Amino acid sequence: MPNYTLIVNNKKQTVNVDADTPLLWVLRDTIGLTGTKYSCGEGICGSCIVHLNGEAVRSCSVSINEVSGKSVITIEGFAEDPNNSIIKSWIEEEVPQCGYCHPGQIMAFAALYKKNKKPSKTEIEETMNSVLCRCGTYPRIKRAIEKVVEHGGSL
Amino acid sequence: MRTEIENKKFNIVGKPVIRQDAYSKVTGKAKFADDYKFEGQLFGVMVRTKASHAVIKSIDYSQIRNEDGIKAIITSDDIPGNKKVGQIKIDQPVFCSEKIITSGDVVAMLVGEDQTELKKLSHKIKIELEKLPVLEDPQKALEQNAVLIHPESKTNLITHYPLIKGNVTKGFNNSDYLIEQNYTTQFVEHAYIEPECVTALPGEGMIKVKIIGSIQNPFTTRKVVASVLNCSLSEVEIIQAELGGSFGGKDDIMNVLSARAAVAALKLNKPVKIKYEREESILESYKRHPYIMNYKVGFSKAGKLKAMKIDLLADGGAYASMSPFVTWRSVVQATGPYEIENVQTDVKVVYTNNPYTGAMRGFGSPQPIFAIESIMDEIAITVGKTPFEIRKINGYRQNSVTASGQKLAGHEVTLPRVLKKAADVSSFNSKWKSNYASSQKLKQNNFADKSESLILTKNEFINPKNLLRKGIGLATSFRGCSLGAEGIDNTAAYVSIQPDGTVYILSGLAENGQGLRATFSIIAAEIFGIPIEKIIYLEQNTSRIPDSGPTVASRATLMGGGAIKNTCTELRNRLINVLSSYWKVSRKNIYVFKNGLVFPEQKKSRKIKFHDLIKLAFEHKVNLSHVGWYAGPKVHWEEKTGHGSAYFTYVYGCQVAEVTVNVGTGEVFVNNIWAVHDSGKVINILGAVGQVYGGTTQGAGYGLWENISTHKGKIRELNFDQFLIPTSKDIDKIHPYFIEGKESYGPWGAKSLGEPTLELTAAAIANAITNATGQRFFNLPLNIEEVLLRKKLYPESLKRGSAS
Repeated sequence: MPNYTLIVNNKKQTVNVDADTPLLWVLRDTIGLTGTKYSCGEGICGSCIVHLNGEAVRSCSVSINEVSGKSVITIEGFAEDPNNSIIKSWIEEEVPQCGYCHPGQIMAFAALYKKNKKPSKTEIEETMNSVLCRCGTYPRIKRAIEKVVEHGGSL
Repeated sequence: MRTEIENKKFNIVGKPVIRQDAYSKVTGKAKFADDYKFEGQLFGVMVRTKASHAVIKSIDYSQIRNEDGIKAIITSDDIPGNKKVGQIKIDQPVFCSEKIITSGDVVAMLVGEDQTELKKLSHKIKIELEKLPVLEDPQKALEQNAVLIHPESKTNLITHYPLIKGNVTKGFNNSDYLIEQNYTTQFVEHAYIEPECVTALPGEGMIKVKIIGSIQNPFTTRKVVASVLNCSLSEVEIIQAELGGSFGGKDDIMNVLSARAAVAALKLNKPVKIKYEREESILESYKRHPYIMNYKVGFSKAGKLKAMKIDLLADGGAYASMSPFVTWRSVVQATGPYEIENVQTDVKVVYTNNPYTGAMRGFGSPQPIFAIESIMDEIAITVGKTPFEIRKINGYRQNSVTASGQKLAGHEVTLPRVLKKAADVSSFNSKWKSNYASSQKLKQNNFADKSESLILTKNEFINPKNLLRKGIGLATSFRGCSLGAEGIDNTAAYVSIQPDGTVYILSGLAENGQGLRATFSIIAAEIFGIPIEKIIYLEQNTSRIPDSGPTVASRATLMGGGAIKNTCTELRNRLINVLSSYWKVSRKNIYVFKNGLVFPEQKKSRKIKFHDLIKLAFEHKVNLSHVGWYAGPKVHWEEKTGHGSAYFTYVYGCQVAEVTVNVGTGEVFVNNIWAVHDSGKVINILGAVGQVYGGTTQGAGYGLWENISTHKGKIRELNFDQFLIPTSKDIDKIHPYFIEGKESYGPWGAKSLGEPTLELTAAAIANAITNATGQRFFNLPLNIEEVLLRKKLYPESLKRGSAS
């Protein structure tokens, strides 16, 4: 098995896995960052979203050989700053119920917000529409996002 | 969010409190089942066949047996105890050895270090099968020549619940009108976002096996694992990982997976983990029961119900699972919350080769509610009344008598209040009348008749201005709280005050993601008058707390909350005893515990800090730990007649849905859901609102999109590309309202909410679609093909659809 080097949460990581191993499993099983979640394995649900060179990607559908040398931010890296306005808003609006999908929900919105501090309603809708939550926390996700955008929250 | 009662006399109950687990859940720190990793852990991978019904002639493992990647092949022969499990009927093999009776069945489990490799190896196993006829239509299950799914039980009937009240023949004769109608509903997958995962570890000391997993009901799992291992309950320890959604779904399937992992872990003396991919999760896990329902109602010109005859047939699939309890709730609630003198109900559930069906949020109520609430609207239109008026005329009031002969007394029957509130806040009556008038003018498409070719003629074109039609619909329900006569209803709680005034609490019920820990912490904080940060909720572990039954039936706040309140009150009384002898004040004084202080109500100047009182109690050698109990009152049921006091109390709800229907495509958009629920006293207001959001969203999914279709027992929708659950764009606004009816049970009269929020939504949406289109639909889900073509496109063999 070949070696692959990638930057995860600003730290260099070298992993020895098969070329077609999905990034999700490299993060969870090889590196031990379990905040990113598996759910559908087909890039449909969004539970496994991480940032790859700043873009939101579904880590179940990206293989390690596509990631080599690139920078990956997971929920653990993203949530490090206690003043992160997205994390704070998610807590203040009591968003999570079971909580399983929220690392993905947060990373999906964060990628959009990092690029555009004033996203339109449609942009938010189109981004968040493809991340599934079975507990039905959508109204609170919307409110948490509105709050961040309204206050121009920092990251 | 609105509640009717002022929250002034409470410290924290009913006020917004952020749940303690929010931080860990939004930062990726919360540990779900697959986030645990153990030294030397192996994986278990299932071996299945391609059959839905077959005799297993032989299984040849010779191609893989000597592969390095295989540490063990676990089959039925490795099971030291019971080879079959089941909570009510013991009919489900942990591993099939003789027959396959449904497509999710497992014949063996390969164990090794590499899951991917094991999966590849599993395809090299040669399984010789002799195919048997597949029974996929529950309506044929009781025919004389039907193939028997479990020949040893001599019939495919799992249970039959009759109910007779009065005389329906007489009632129909005394009616001015009769309506008879068939309705059907579909299989639904729970679709918890976290697929099943469990690890079994060889135990240490006197514990034989320790299990950590995505388990909804740890005590049920413990019972099943102990029976499979042939050991005592005490030798099995179940720890619940953070649960990534369940909705009733991580019960039987997790019991079976835990048993498989435990057998392998003990055989190999290594930790064995099973983690399911989405496809096998949907393939093997149980579903919501499809129902085939026939309702016949007789009523007067004034719209008063005279008689109702109800026949419900549920598809139990291959295993009984919770079917007897699910369908029992149906027999109790099938008439809806309406007074009817003459009722005859028969509920049957049968075995088929379809996926097995069991518990899912709602539990035998969403199906009959869809039927009864549809027919109530038809009655309204027949007698020229509004849906609101027809429910006002027939709906339960204080002291009404249910179909089973139970007088609704001892709690406030709030149906008239919830109905009025829902109609008021949604402007239901005026909207419904105006939509109804315009829907009557709408030219109906005849797509249903020409579904072979959808090429329209010129005069069939719909004016684009008329494509989008608004509709509003209403549905009401009553729901028995907790287990009722179906089970033993009591719960335990452990509360231990530490010397510094912090408090450990633990309930025998389990957090399912709904926020039970937060609700129970609020109750403890209220009783001790301390901030919620001082309450520490302990890890769920079957060795540390008494068996309290399952976390089901929307019973957590009512029963578990009752136990937490009782236990905290016991310790508070001990503290009062300490204080009254210390201060030499009568213990008959009322003591107030508030803002971290304790003082007599009459003499507020004399006060002590809570943590100083704790120190004092420890100095006086007072035990500040207690295991308390809450037991439900007696209920009973006579199975032959369907009579009895089914549940000790009930909740009432009314939901109104407003939709936009595109009559050119059949697409339905949900604009508004007003959800008015009496769940008794609201303890955790943020949790309660969250339940309404979640329940109505799942209810909308049930009504509009979610569908597991089977063909020859096989499921088509194995992932979220085909099994469509609601996304954030499907529903615009959800408006929760709470009516707090008077109740003597539960903590401060708190009752049930989780399931009531789900059971009404599909019915309200169906009525709204009719209000928009002037057409009535009888078969869930009301997806685009049903609304446009009045039929289901898949599978063709199952002729389900409003056109047929």
